[in-house]
Amino acid sequence: MTHLTGKNRLFGVFATCFGSIFLVSGCTTEPPKPDTVTIAMLAEPPDLNATKATDSESFFILGHVMEGLTRAGSDGKPSPAVAESWEITDAGATFTLRSNAQWSDGKPVTAHDFVYAWRTVVDPKNASEYAFILFPIKNAEKIVSKKAPVDSLGVLALDARTLKVTFEKPCGYFLSLTSFATYFPVREDFHQLHGERYGAEANTLLYNGPFRLTQWVHGASLKLEKNPTYWNASIVKLNAIQIPYITPDLSAQLNLYKDGKIDLVSLGKNTLKTAMQERFKMKKYSDGTVFYLEFNFAEGRITRNKNLRKSIQYVLDGEEFVGRVISIPGTLVGTSVIPTWIAGKNGLFREDYPIQSVKPNLALAKHHLAEAMKELGLKTPPTLVWLTGDSPGASKEAEYFQNLLSSKLGITLKIDKQIFKQRLAKMSAGEFDVVSAGWGPDYNDPMTFADLKTSWNENNRGRWKNAQYDELIRKAQSTTKNTVRMDSMAAAEKILLEELPILPLYERSVIYTQSDWLANVGRRAVGFDPDLTTATTRDETAKN
Amino acid sequence: MKTDALTRSDFVPATRTGSAHQISRPSLSYWQDAWVRLKNNRQALASLFIVGALFLFTVLGPYIWTQSPARQSLAEISQPPTLGLRALVVDGAQTIAPKAVLSASLETLAAPHTRGVALQWKPIEGAQGYALYRNEVEPSERLDFGLPLAELKGAAQLTYQDRLNLEPKTYFYTVVPVSQGEEIGSRAVTLEVDVQLALQENEAQSYVAEAKIGEEIRLPAHPFGTDYLGRDMLARIIAGARVSLSIGFFAPIIYIFLGVLIGGLAGYLGGRVDMVLMRLTDLVIALPFLLFMILFRIAFGVGPGESGIIPMVVALVALSWTSSARLVRGQILQLRESEYVQAARLLGAKTGYLLLRHLVPNTIGVILVYLTFAIPSTIFTEAFLSFIGMGVVPPTPSWGSLSDDGIKTFLTYPHEFIVPAVFISITVLAFNLLGDGLRDALDPKMRGRE
Amino acid sequence: MFKYALKQIAAGIVTVFFIATATFTAMHAVPGDPLSKGKAIAPEVRKNLEAKYGLDQPVTKQYTMFLTNMVKGDFGISFTQANRSVNDIIREHFPISAILGLFAIAVAAAGGILWGSLTALYRNKWPDKLIMLAVIFGVSVPSFVVAALMQLGVTALNKHFGLQLFAVAGWGGLTHAVLPAVALGLSTMSFLTRLMRSSMLEVVNADYIRTAKAKGVSSTGIFFSHQLRNAILPVITVLGPAIAAITTGGFVVESVFAIPGLGRYFVQAVQQLDYTVIMGLTVFYGAYLVAMVILVDIVYGLIDPRIKVGKASG
Repeated sequence: MTHLTGKNRLFGVFATCFGSIFLVSGCTTEPPKPDTVTIAMLAEPPDLNATKATDSESFFILGHVMEGLTRAGSDGKPSPAVAESWEITDAGATFTLRSNAQWSDGKPVTAHDFVYAWRTVVDPKNASEYAFILFPIKNAEKIVSKKAPVDSLGVLALDARTLKVTFEKPCGYFLSLTSFATYFPVREDFHQLHGERYGAEANTLLYNGPFRLTQWVHGASLKLEKNPTYWNASIVKLNAIQIPYITPDLSAQLNLYKDGKIDLVSLGKNTLKTAMQERFKMKKYSDGTVFYLEFNFAEGRITRNKNLRKSIQYVLDGEEFVGRVISIPGTLVGTSVIPTWIAGKNGLFREDYPIQSVKPNLALAKHHLAEAMKELGLKTPPTLVWLTGDSPGASKEAEYFQNLLSSKLGITLKIDKQIFKQRLAKMSAGEFDVVSAGWGPDYNDPMTFADLKTSWNENNRGRWKNAQYDELIRKAQSTTKNTVRMDSMAAAEKILLEELPILPLYERSVIYTQSDWLANVGRRAVGFDPDLTTATTRDETAKN
Repeated sequence: MKTDALTRSDFVPATRTGSAHQISRPSLSYWQDAWVRLKNNRQALASLFIVGALFLFTVLGPYIWTQSPARQSLAEISQPPTLGLRALVVDGAQTIAPKAVLSASLETLAAPHTRGVALQWKPIEGAQGYALYRNEVEPSERLDFGLPLAELKGAAQLTYQDRLNLEPKTYFYTVVPVSQGEEIGSRAVTLEVDVQLALQENEAQSYVAEAKIGEEIRLPAHPFGTDYLGRDMLARIIAGARVSLSIGFFAPIIYIFLGVLIGGLAGYLGGRVDMVLMRLTDLVIALPFLLFMILFRIAFGVGPGESGIIPMVVALVALSWTSSARLVRGQILQLRESEYVQAARLLGAKTGYLLLRHLVPNTIGVILVYLTFAIPSTIFTEAFLSFIGMGVVPPTPSWGSLSDDGIKTFLTYPHEFIVPAVFISITVLAFNLLGDGLRDALDPKMRGRE
Repeated sequence: MFKYALKQIAAGIVTVFFIATATFTAMHAVPGDPLSKGKAIAPEVRKNLEAKYGLDQPVTKQYTMFLTNMVKGDFGISFTQANRSVNDIIREHFPISAILGLFAIAVAAAGGILWGSLTALYRNKWPDKLIMLAVIFGVSVPSFVVAALMQLGVTALNKHFGLQLFAVAGWGGLTHAVLPAVALGLSTMSFLTRLMRSSMLEVVNADYIRTAKAKGVSSTGIFFSHQLRNAILPVITVLGPAIAAITTGGFVVESVFAIPGLGRYFVQAVQQLDYTVIMGLTVFYGAYLVAMVILVDIVYGLIDPRIKVGKASG
């Protein structure tokens, strides 16, 4: 063999290493720091007060350093965590806590810690924005609106290890809620001690999860280390998770990954090509989010006209939109607001209740538009206000629809691009005809999507109201019988798809790549992501 | 020649030839003089030509380069510069039937083109499902198969149609058998596929009216390539020039006019008016410029269908008039005390005469130079704000917003960033050099100084 | 001198109040709702939040509260990071921006003086022409372009040589600061180079230089003890505005390089419509810039014997 030049030699070494993984652990050119994973975050968690957290960054950290009654697996199914067993009825639930669950200062996690935490969440003084997720618990909603005292919340510590929950009405998906961050325990004395500063720094938070936050330099870096007091510490293989970079820029993150500075990176549409040229191994997963267009039903809005909405539905070629505009592999053409991945009766909800996808049909679109114009008394195709956010993807999507609607139907779109908060304000105030929006799941049940358009849901920004649909969702919400629940939700979904208050666009998929020696990283739709709890490293191979 | 004696003729008065008193070089006015100086400055002259060319580019551009900046061609997303690609006209609705017998372990079912690549493969032993990948480089021993296109559950499905953002190039498709949830990379099958650019019939007919399925047509040229929605970059640059240059041109004119008004008033009237106006100027000048540009931008808000140009110009005017006000006030103060103005006043000149005859002509040069430097800095500000998403709103293109869009794809499609960035740089460069030249030309005292 | 400084500081305080008022007015004209989040909040929760941030008070009351707290040095609590006070945010992020700014200023000043002197020494020869050409590019290429190109270049370089010469992004040691400081300081450096060149050229023909030459002082001696010293003065006057330009210029560079400085924080706060942070940071920046200008003024007065600031009419 002759001398290999730079790149080839590297490749040669690499190929040899790869081949030897399965044989022996030889070939140790510069091994990575064992048992440490380094990642970058898109943003800094605002704070780590679980009773108030609302964003995915906080959920990611909290999910690693804290633990609730149950813990969601990668499939979204809850498994025992602080609670070792439970019993759920229509009236309520009783959880038995394990004896060896303890806080990072060595004291045991007790039922009282949950009672205290949940009361804090619903306490109006706390103004927790995720308080609604506790509403299945008796009196929670009343307490938030100051109609009942805080201690009337339907949760009791029968003894240190028994937690009794009373429901407002039967709740079929309560168990999957208990792994959610808002349900995490908080220890009273510690919370009182730090007051407003609770969860603001690494040392003003008590930990009961697989990791502990040992360092938090605001805006710059975080470090998680294995928590030796965690009851199930043996499943944790990593010693530390380093987060030395915080940047929302995926190109910058890719640069860091190329530079060998981080071990895991999500790939945006614009970095896929680079990833191919760099020969990264790519994987994909669904982050569970569904994107759709929401139409405004406020008095006087032309989007109240069903024919107009239908014409937009028929002019849209979902496959072209997903392939050319979104262009992330694995993205699914949206068919409904309830995504394909969510579980139903036995298997997937979508397998139990299949729906026909709507094929684009220009003639039908034109027909519906003509009908709409007749009904609305319009001589020319209408003008619509299209509210959208300031992300690059959002502009692209808006420009695509602007061109599509004007070239095919003659409908003019006025794009209203707003920064996040202003868009939300306009959505709440109903200042739009069409808004492009997305919805991610809070818990592992179709209900997290199905109740989106109920008349009482604050997130129903288009203010669509349908008595029959409301009725069906109410029915599903007040029973624990799975068949009845799923059937009602499917029936409600049918109304939704017929009346078209929203037009499904796509189900998001995320492409990512990670260092070759990193394995068992959980990626999922419900709960925190990525899940590095049980991640393992192999130090046999060199980092790329 | 030598003469010995004086003769009578020596005492005849010389005839007035006039030449001695005549000014040998043509009398030059201030502007003519400036023009001569400018002409001798090669750099400045070149930049003047560039500025002129940019002006023509902006004004006449849309009439010469008639492609619409709004026209999207989803077949040609983010294509590098071309002189017109050849595209196949295909039937979009065509369904492709699987073959009964395959000659290879992985095959394409129909001619592969950018509207879709249909694949079929022979069953791989032990597979309980398949994973499909697509790459732009040939997979190596590393098992780097590229983009994970899909996972097919069950061993029954042996076909797949890829419609994900296909470009006219060579791809490597890989089918990996999946068994018990694990992908068996070692038994993967890879196929090299040359994909041809294709358009659907109705799309093609918008370029060539009589295009038929199966024919090839030539698409329009894109000298600067296309953007993320397949729009022609040259047309976008021209449209962007209209926005960037008009902001860069009109905003300074307005705020300098305002500044001249305020500075002139302060300088001419003096006393209390001067004090109040200059105090205000001091305060406004102290506002952190960029922060307030952003604050104003979100305070004004941009409504649906608006371009965001007006709020930006208003914010620019509100924050930028101060320097020119100070400059003009200084000039006026200086001129007011100068001997010739004093003399004119003593001779009974009226205010209007003084203003028109002395004060304005003597400040206009300074103002013009200031304007020339204000234009590039305004273009910069616009680019800066649009770059951080606080500028114009899509679909309105500006060079700044084009750069902002471009930088996101910089690693993959560098032309989308480089083209607008170069235009910004050249324009700013030209105005800066022109400004230098004008200053030297208009104010000889300032020559060679900064 | 002392009186002059006092007067300047008094004027500075008035200016800061003006900035505060302007910021408050602008912020309250902003449409939108700082309390809104991705998921809608129940009206009851909203009421509780409004009470917490004093948004339920009349505007005049909010204004006086804002001013009184500002005088006390308290800018309130962030809307998006409910546990952090704006003061904490400034304390944690400003040093990073300041260090970066300092680096950039150092790069700009050192480069400007060096290149400017060189061009003046080699007037109209090729080094002069080359440097001036570079200067013109330095002024004409936007900092975000420079930043993006450098990032790309360094990634390629690191990869090609397998070295970690400079960090591509993030914040940590010296290697992290080099690229952003250059990107940030480049245009100021170009500006200072031009300034230095012309002021050097002006000095070259001054009488005292001729006298020194006649006395037989060596040319290096002349260069260092006369030319440079006198030519550097105008550079100091523009340092005030230069610091301002570099401080705000940090916005984009910090974003591109993912540096957790105050500039990037400000841009994020604007996108989040975080009232308290936006107002606090704007006032802080304003006060900082005002202070810098005053400081430069005073320093200049101390250095340049020709200017006796205390006795000047102003």
